[in-house]
Amino acid sequence: MTIIETEDLRREFIVRAKAGRFTRTKKVVAAVDGISCSIAEGESVGYIGANGAGKSTTIKMLTGILVPTSGRVTTCGLPPVERRKDLARQIGVVFGQRTQLWWDLPLRESFTILGAIHRIGARAAADRIDQLVAELELAEFLDTPVRQLSLGQRMRGEVAAALAHRPRLLILDEPTIGLDMISKERLRQFLVAERAERGTTLLLTTHDMGDIERLCERVLVVDQGQLVHDGALGELRRTVALDRTMVVDYAEPQPPHEIPGTERVGYEIDGLRQSYRFHPTQTTAAKVVTEASRFGEVRDLTLQEPAIEDIVRTLYGARGSA
Amino acid sequence: MARLRSQMVYRTSFVLNVIGTFFTGLIEFVEIYVLLATAPIFGGLTLPEASLVFALSSVSFGLADMVFGQMDSLPSFIKQGQLESFLTKPLRLVPQMITSTVQLRRLARVLLGVITFAIAVPHAGIAWSPVMVGVVVGALVFGTTIFSALFVLAGGCQFWLINGTEFTNAFVYGGKYVSQLPGPVLLTPIRVFFTFVVPATVTTYLPVLILLDKPGPALLPQVLGWGAPLFAVWAWVLALVVWRAGVRKYTGAGG
Amino acid sequence: MSVHLQLIAAEFRRQSTYRLALAAGVFTNGIFGLIRAGVLLAAVAGAGGEAGGYDARTAILYVLWGQALLGAIPMWGWNEVASRVRTGEIAVDLARPIDLQVYWWFRDLGRAAMQFLGRGLPILILGSVVLRVPPPTDPLVWLAGALGLILGLAVNFLGRYALNLISFWTIEMQGFQILYMVVVSLLTGFTVPIHLFPGWLKTIAEWSPFPSMYQYPVDLISGRTTGVDVLPIIGIQLAWLLVLLVGTRVMTHFGTRRLVIQGG
Repeated sequence: MTIIETEDLRREFIVRAKAGRFTRTKKVVAAVDGISCSIAEGESVGYIGANGAGKSTTIKMLTGILVPTSGRVTTCGLPPVERRKDLARQIGVVFGQRTQLWWDLPLRESFTILGAIHRIGARAAADRIDQLVAELELAEFLDTPVRQLSLGQRMRGEVAAALAHRPRLLILDEPTIGLDMISKERLRQFLVAERAERGTTLLLTTHDMGDIERLCERVLVVDQGQLVHDGALGELRRTVALDRTMVVDYAEPQPPHEIPGTERVGYEIDGLRQSYRFHPTQTTAAKVVTEASRFGEVRDLTLQEPAIEDIVRTLYGARGSA
Repeated sequence: MARLRSQMVYRTSFVLNVIGTFFTGLIEFVEIYVLLATAPIFGGLTLPEASLVFALSSVSFGLADMVFGQMDSLPSFIKQGQLESFLTKPLRLVPQMITSTVQLRRLARVLLGVITFAIAVPHAGIAWSPVMVGVVVGALVFGTTIFSALFVLAGGCQFWLINGTEFTNAFVYGGKYVSQLPGPVLLTPIRVFFTFVVPATVTTYLPVLILLDKPGPALLPQVLGWGAPLFAVWAWVLALVVWRAGVRKYTGAGG
Repeated sequence: MSVHLQLIAAEFRRQSTYRLALAAGVFTNGIFGLIRAGVLLAAVAGAGGEAGGYDARTAILYVLWGQALLGAIPMWGWNEVASRVRTGEIAVDLARPIDLQVYWWFRDLGRAAMQFLGRGLPILILGSVVLRVPPPTDPLVWLAGALGLILGLAVNFLGRYALNLISFWTIEMQGFQILYMVVVSLLTGFTVPIHLFPGWLKTIAEWSPFPSMYQYPVDLISGRTTGVDVLPIIGIQLAWLLVLLVGTRVMTHFGTRRLVIQGG
């Protein structure tokens, strides 16, 4: 069953600029320029692209808070703008950088209020909240005012708030931006479990390849308002295999090492920090770590993933020249 | 200068703000006008006489507000971390804060005061002499000085009152309100507080008594008006003591 | 608990977290109350003991209730919806299965309730003691007053809400906000009771919704308007409530439509 369907979806904005003392120019810019796609219930889809590629505009049209200039969109079988309130009962949305939590009140109260707004019975709401609290490990700060929470804690709260009414579709706009590694991982683990258990459809935008790898079976890449890739992550990797870099911090100074399948691209502070660049088809991150730790005690590891911007640029370049 | 110019750039907004400031002041005058439309005498003064009190207050408060008005938004300076950046510079804090935003729009209130004064003076029957001109100039100079001190005092209190900024409105804007009024209308505790602790009546009502050669009510004799310089010194002593203590508390507590 | 009660309760608790601000409000409104009491008493005395139907006692009651209600029925400053439009947070509000106006109206009731208890009641109690004015004894006065206050708050909310809705059409809100503030502080009868206005100004006020927010409810609760005179006052309040309700519904409908078409 299809949960999101768009057909030649297009959204234009009029940009006014001052051209002279009295004249103004009007320019029509298409933020979303003819996107057609279909997402089935239960899928998990990464929606990626550079800033300003049209991701947020698409999400606004899917959720009914923006009217398309032309084309067709159906979410959960409903026309989003006309049936915005009915749709809101079936979907959960976390808009990047915007909160739906009550800033001055304990986290717990936001859940109660949202439960009431979605008109789920008090009993059902309480059960669901208890479950989310356990799975997202919110218990220790449930009674803390939201404004005192760390970014990671708050984002887990936001996700719980978006899921409180058991939506069929969860839309997350940049859910892991600014989070530390542990918080990111905790959130990803939860989303994997949530999907496995309830079959919730997931649509997320992100700049983090880790999110895509852990969470998304399918990736849509948008560039300048157009869909430039629609397929599995592996396909994307094969189409655009970009180098990754492993930065290794040793406990003791080291001579420069060679690791098979990699190229050493950094040697700093007498070898305390060494960087190895490798291509995903040549070796894996795990192998690089194993090799690197044979030379001495490793204090810290950082894996530098190719930025989504680079992937998109490469992809777009390939498309443009084809 | 760059800061002043940047205010002019947002022209529509600036014009609206000027008009808004002017009309806000005008409404305050309408209050006095309406009360004097009901009764011929209000606190011992006629309409032109009471207008003079209002005019002196408007000019002094407007000037002080223009330069020192930002002092009572100290909590937002603190919240935005701007105070730290001021503290790290080898300059005194108060000059840095007041020059960070000089609010030109507040000249509208000064303008209102000047217009009111110009209209009211011919009807007030003042026996002009060089001394009387001196009284008016002195009232404006010391008035601006005293209101400026109130803003600094309010700023100093904010170090303790981050979420209770409204406390200081009681004496800054309460002081402004009191200074627009004829002294006899004030209930005794208010009259005492806003003369001897926060000297708001001293540069508005009292100089008008001197100009009109009227005696003044209990606790507010005309002669007190000549003490304006002393009251100005007192206001600044009070303001700076509180301000310094506030800064010490802030830096001592480590932010 | 229904969503409406939840919203009232939540906003009530939210307001209650700002304890210092509430205390500051009591203090500052109290000081201003003492100043204003002096002003009005002097005006009454200057007019020979009675002005615009006010004597010393009713003048004090007028000031007392005015200062006490200032938190609950604010004369100025509420731009929460407008600022959410400016920051784009309005998207979060629109993506909820609840009407925008219903959402903010019930929150406003919670806000008013806390402001009345935390700010208004202490001022009423302290003021009655300090200024020696006993509370009304006639239950009918309390009844008419309570009704008038609830209607006054509703009219006041709808006025503020309508002002905020203008932000759906323009980002230049400052002019409208200043205009509203100037008009409201005068025509509600907050600064000076409209009964003291010169004829022309009084006529303007009486043909506006503003006295319904403030002057009329204060007249009812302070026992200035009693008996059969209560009914036309309540009627006027209800009429304005209806007019503003229809107006804000139309504005909400077209404003939301404009927002989703223009894209905020």
